Formats: sequence, structure tokens, C-alpha cells
Amino acid sequence: MRADLELIYDWVPQGAHILDLACGDGALLERLAQEKNVSGYGLEIDPEGITQCVARGVNVIEHNLDDGLGSFCDNSYDQVIMTQALQALRRPDKMLDEMLRVAEEGIITFPNFAYWRHRVHLGLRGYMPVSKSLPHAWYDTPNIHLSTFNDFEHLCREKGLVIVDRAVGVGDHKGHWTSKWWPNLFGEIAIFRVRRR
Amino acid sequence: MPDSDTLAFADRPTDSVGLVTPHITKFDTPLPLACGKVLPEYELIYETYGTLNADRSNAVLICHALSGHHHAAGYHGAEDRKPGWWDAHIGPGKSIDTNRFFVVSLNNLGGCHGSTGPVSHNPETGRQWGPDFPMVTVSDWVVSQARLADHLGIERWAAAVGGSLGGMQVLQWTMVYPERVANAVVIAATPRLSAQNIAFNEVARQAIRSDPEFFDGWYAEHDTVPKRGLKLARMVGHITYLSEDAMGSKFGRDLRSNDLNFGFDVEFQVESYLRYQGDTFSTAFDANTYLLMTKALDYFDPAAAHAGDLASALAPAQCPFLIVSFTTDWRFPPSRSRELVDALTRAGKSVSYANIDSPHGHDAFLLPEPRYKALFGAFMRRVARELRIDEKGKEETPDAR
Repeated sequence: MRADLELIYDWVPQGAHILDLACGDGALLERLAQEKNVSGYGLEIDPEGITQCVARGVNVIEHNLDDGLGSFCDNSYDQVIMTQALQALRRPDKMLDEMLRVAEEGIITFPNFAYWRHRVHLGLRGYMPVSKSLPHAWYDTPNIHLSTFNDFEHLCREKGLVIVDRAVGVGDHKGHWTSKWWPNLFGEIAIFRVRRR
Repeated sequence: MPDSDTLAFADRPTDSVGLVTPHITKFDTPLPLACGKVLPEYELIYETYGTLNADRSNAVLICHALSGHHHAAGYHGAEDRKPGWWDAHIGPGKSIDTNRFFVVSLNNLGGCHGSTGPVSHNPETGRQWGPDFPMVTVSDWVVSQARLADHLGIERWAAAVGGSLGGMQVLQWTMVYPERVANAVVIAATPRLSAQNIAFNEVARQAIRSDPEFFDGWYAEHDTVPKRGLKLARMVGHITYLSEDAMGSKFGRDLRSNDLNFGFDVEFQVESYLRYQGDTFSTAFDANTYLLMTKALDYFDPAAAHAGDLASALAPAQCPFLIVSFTTDWRFPPSRSRELVDALTRAGKSVSYANIDSPHGHDAFLLPEPRYKALFGAFMRRVARELRIDEKGKEETPDAR
């Protein structure tokens, strides 16, 4: 499993009913179902991801996240997870509201634009960053709302949300000590666990 | 019917079920119907493909659509010019893999392809049933299908599968016999017809009933058939099966000859096509059956008994669902499938949903669109895996019984 998914795995309570937005091939949901008795649905838009979920026996619903979560009732899930999709949405802030309407708690991961390698790309070399977490060129990237660890924290504060946990991932590891002290600089992937106040 | 499904027996590919013979079973236990009448006895015609395994756990039920029948796959004779109506998805190695599954496909009650219906003999009057044949509903069909399952010794279907009106039967199964369906596949269906859907059905019915040859449904006794009415009904229906784009790319504004002839004979290719479809259908299908089948569609509305709440109607269901829609289907558009999916998620059921990109409108459910095949096949392989259904030849463990 991807490094950010490993971390999230620990944050999902036993037996929880969850939504996994942009669930990809369903690997996280499958493991959570098998090992933690978690139920719920993945939402995905990629045809191949959907077929892989179906092959695994993971519940997946074809859905464009930019259409919101209107078809899901208030407080109908324990947690809503969204990994590596925030930056590709038309309105990330509205999605955050939607996630915390449907569930009390949300887990969000996204590429941290302020990661030092990204800064080197832009600040020193003068190019838009291309990295493992941001693999696309500027002209064909699906990522239309890039943000930093600090930006997201700021948004949560503005919305009056409680940040229950925050972490960063670097490469394939859960995070070097440097990223614990200076997450905005040393974290490649930002991982937040937020809650309504 | 799809162009890609017109391979004659002589040219059949290796993944065909080959020659098949229908079976007929007679049921003597009276069947009480939703309309209040009772069918004292009846016959069901069905075909099977593949082999029923020792613990009878690999049976798949195919439910047919409005003008469908029991002949879903393979050929009846070496001279057949095309295979059964769902040959694209049933056969060795196909989505419904007959190397693993035992497939049962029947003609519903009220049909005109061999099961008891308006063209059958009415034992009480000694004449053909004709318009006296009672109105049958989706729920009546499902009860009769359950009796067929009993007859075949099938306690639980590995999967019940259907497109369009067939999908409604699958839904009904999951609500009334939840313990008898291990998985449900509902394709290009809807939880209830819209006013527009009913309106199109009513135009079709009026076309038939206003044909002077209809004789209030007693046309057989006048040695005739309401061909013009049936033809019109099919032409209207056919328009709703295709998408605007499919019709446009198939026919455009092409003319049969180079010049306009300023008359009412066939000029545009699309007219020629529709007339051909209508003509073929008008001699192959029974008018009373068509009327019954369209009413069965109109009446289906499981949420009605639950104050319109589909989620509570679906509460008894226990099995995982696969719901599939097609982007250009405007007869039962993706939004109707989504309604069903949303009700299932609200009810906390296991469900997966895909909206397949296809230009072919409602008819897409019959066609072998690659993404549709991959998805459907993946779901059915998962069914086989979870029920421990092995491929033929690789025997199950000895203690499987």
C-alpha cells in the first residue's frame, strides 16, 4: 500500500462505516474490510480503478467528486477519507464542508507544494515542480489547486475545524524526524485528520 | 438487435455455447396473481447452458427484457443466422462464463415464445387465451421463476442477472426472496418508469389497440394479426432504444435514392430501417403479449408500498449488487440507476455502480462494449471466487457436498 494509506489505516477505527473518495483500485478499503471489519463505499471516476475494485469485491460507485456528495445524507458515515484528490477538485474548500457534513471526521491527504524539493524546483531553478508526488507537467496536470501543509492548516482554522492528527509522508516512508519538526518544509505528502467542532 | 451479434451458426466463434435445446416444464399448482386472478396451471419454456455442479451453487438466472425470451445464447439449429439475444455475454470464457456457471434463461409468463401466454390454449374455455390472459406483473414473474428454481433443485442463485425490464425482475428477487439470491446484476434498469416512459408505452398500446385487425384482442379467431399496430408500436419503441447520436451516425440524413421524390414512400434511410424493424417484429411477436409486457413495466414500483421510499423497499435485500448504466441511454438514463444506487447505499447494502460510456443508447446493454465486458466479467469472477465455483474439469474438493 502507498505510504499515506499505511498511516491512514491506523486512524480508521475498528468497524467504522466510511466513504473513501477517489478510492483508486480499492486497496485501502479491501484491507480495512478484511482486517478491521470496516464497511462503506469507494467513490471513483476512473474506469480501470472501478473494475479493479469490483474484482476485489470492494463496493465502488462511479462518481465525479466535483458534483459534491449530495446523494449522501448528513452524518451517515463515521469517517470520510479522501486521498490525493483535494488538489484536483474545482472547490477543495466546499468538498471539505461536504465531507464533514456526511461524517464527523475526515482524513485528507494531498501533495505538499512547500516540500523542499518542490521549493528547489521553483525557487532556485525557476520551473514548476515535478516530483514523485507531483508527476505531471504544468500543462497536463489534473492538479488545479496546489497547496501547502500550512495552507491547509490555515483553511481548517478558518473553518473552525479541529485538527485531530497531522502527519507527513516522505517518499515511501512515514516521515523522517526532520518532517516532524518542519512538516511544511520536509513533508512530501500532507496528511490531516480533522473533525467538526 | 445488435449488428455484432449476427454471426451465423456456421461462423460461430469458439466461445459459443453451440447448439441448445429448450425445455418445457408444466406447473400444476395454481399461481395467484397480483391482479387478483389465478392461473390454474402453466408451462415455462427455458434453456440452460453449462453444468449444474454437485452442490447446486453455480446457477445463474437470466431475466429477459420487454421483447426478449428464453433463447439467450447459442443456436437452435445449424441453419440459424444469429445466436441468442445475449450471446455477447454468455458462453465459455465470457462475462457469464459457462465453464463455471449453470445458466438458466426462461421465457416469462404471458410471453409468446413457448411459456403460457395469450397464444396458449385456455383450458377453461377451450379457446386461445387471447385478451383473456390475466395481467401479469414483475412480482408474478418472480414467483413463477422461483417455482422453476424449485423444480431445478436450485435453492439459491449464484447471481440473478437482467437488463432493462429484466433488471426489475432481479430487484424484485432481492426484495421477496433475499435468501435465494447470492448476487444481483441490474443493468440499464430503473426502480420505476417515468411519466415519459409510460407515455411511450401508451402510444405503443394505442397503436396496437386501434388497429382494425386487433378485434379487441381476438385477432387469432379472425385469422389475422394487427400487423400495422404492432409495427408502429415497435417503431416507437425502437426510437427509444437508440440514442440520437447512434441514429445520427448510422443513418444521418442519408436518402435511399439520390433525389427527393416529394412523396410519402420511404425516402430517408432511417425510415427504411424503422419500417424494416417494425415489419419483422409484427410477424414475430404477439400483440396481446406486447400489451401485457408494457403494462408489467408500467406497474413496477416497489417503493410505492413504502410511501415512495425506495431504500426501505430494498431493506430486505441481502446480496451484493452490481448496477450498470450507459451514458447515452435516455430510455432508462444513468440518473435512474443512480437513484437505485443511492437507495441501496442509504439502506447500507453492498453495491457497486458503473456508468459505461457507450454511444448505443438503451440497446448498449446487449452489446459487448469492452469496459462493460471487463466490469461484468470481473464481478462474475468475484462471484465464482467467493462461492468457490471452480472451472469445469478442475474438480471441487471432495467434501464440497
